[in-house]
Amino acid sequence: MKQKSTTKTSYHIPIGPIHPALKEPVHFEFEIDGEKIVDVDVKLGHVHRGVEWASRRRNPVQILYLAERICGICSYCHPAAFTLAVEKIADIQVPERAEYLRVIQGELERICSHILWAGVAAHEIGFDTVLYLTWQIRERALDLTEFLTGNRITKGIMMIGGIRRDITPDMIPRIKKDLEHFKKDFETLRHVFLDDKTVKMRSQGAGVLTKDEAMKLCAVGPTGRASGVKKDVRFSESYFAYGDLDIDLITPDVLTGEVNGDVYDRIIQRLLEVKQAIEIIEQAIDKMPSGDILAESKIPKLLAQLKKASGEDIGRHEAPRGEVIHYVKLDGNESPYTWKVRAPTYNNILPWIPMLKGEQIADIPIVAASTDPCMSCTNRVTIVQGSKRYNLNREELHRLCVQKTRRLSK
Amino acid sequence: MRFAMLPKIFSQMFKKPYTNKFPAKYTPSSTTNFLEKVGSGEAKLFPPIETPKGFRGKIKYDRDSCIGCKLCINVCPSGAIEFIEETKKIKIYLARCTFCSQCNDVCPKNCLSMSDEFLLADTDKYSPDLIVK
Repeated sequence: MKQKSTTKTSYHIPIGPIHPALKEPVHFEFEIDGEKIVDVDVKLGHVHRGVEWASRRRNPVQILYLAERICGICSYCHPAAFTLAVEKIADIQVPERAEYLRVIQGELERICSHILWAGVAAHEIGFDTVLYLTWQIRERALDLTEFLTGNRITKGIMMIGGIRRDITPDMIPRIKKDLEHFKKDFETLRHVFLDDKTVKMRSQGAGVLTKDEAMKLCAVGPTGRASGVKKDVRFSESYFAYGDLDIDLITPDVLTGEVNGDVYDRIIQRLLEVKQAIEIIEQAIDKMPSGDILAESKIPKLLAQLKKASGEDIGRHEAPRGEVIHYVKLDGNESPYTWKVRAPTYNNILPWIPMLKGEQIADIPIVAASTDPCMSCTNRVTIVQGSKRYNLNREELHRLCVQKTRRLSK
Repeated sequence: MRFAMLPKIFSQMFKKPYTNKFPAKYTPSSTTNFLEKVGSGEAKLFPPIETPKGFRGKIKYDRDSCIGCKLCINVCPSGAIEFIEETKKIKIYLARCTFCSQCNDVCPKNCLSMSDEFLLADTDKYSPDLIVK
């Protein structure tokens, strides 16, 4: 980054890729004037794992478990988006009961993720007692996940054409009991986050992202919605059973009457979404019809069907962090021709720049954490020439994009 | 309320911790020695929380009913299953296993199943405990 010529000398501070304040490797370059941030640049690409490449020699059923490992917290969203894309290509009709079960799993993951985020946010503002409170609540959510799926984190519940585990009538009392607990816990969390003076003083007015900037930089998920962008895949596109359920898109003005787009609004937004997720699960359990949970229960038959299918499509799912898009192209081979993942954090990185400009150094951790970033999900490409890493400029990147698109559309 | 967390903190002081104190109430200075003592009956193990129904633990393999169809190898996401040509049976390396139980679902003879055994930590990835034959 170029030094800006000002009358006062500004400092150039690099933070990361490895830094005690960062949870994952990301490189910031700050231009600091006293305590104020004048300019900021973000560099990515430190944790490329070659997940998409690994898919080239796996069949779609194996990729489900590979997709799960893109992100530990969104371990349901990535297989879900991949499944949606594959189902569209192979024209698989999913049984209705499976659609409701998918909604329940998706919303349960949202509860886990948002509560975890609330704890991390509290930790970043130095309120560690709240961290322990949220993780106590999350523990119950994880226990319920384990009860429903068999695992706590990597759930392994998604299957092309349905879902792998059913919710039997004898499981419902336990789920209802836990949902009652979540409601109580939500009330505690709401009280701590929204009535406490400490949180308010620290987060109100910090890291403001205006609606215009959010639209321009394509912010997705709670980050965008907290700035007043009414964008949510669950409402704009009818998938799973979301179309049948009675739900409304929420933005923070439901509670406060106005949208500021600051860190406080992002806290409100996520808390409201936890409440909404609890309501969605309750509705889904009540409305769930009986029937099959898999379109094709014989997996060898399903694999043969997918081997015959060819075409390309996009799967979109509203992950806890925002919209996740998977592009899949099948060409009649056992493994897909292309699988491209766009994780929500990818869109939520550029909004950091308007958020951080003009803020204080002490605000960096909470502002950065307020978008719920997940660095390893976003890293899709690393260019290495010899032993040196180098950055692509805009023209080069555009040329490579055109090349790749041409190759894919053949 | 200005400091909403305070009452919660004070009430927490009188509550029992949520954590289950597995394997012992107080951390032993050497876990290996402690486990040896448990084995010889000198010390007592603090029991772990019961696993829920449908938990995915160590794979159990019914060798006799296996027909060697290789379907499990075809769906295993991590390549943890090896086919042995001579005997037409499989060998599962648990160090690679991701416990997705996809092989259980695909098996036409139902000879694979998930047990509730989860204490599988080992220093050697090829130790006999981690290979299911």
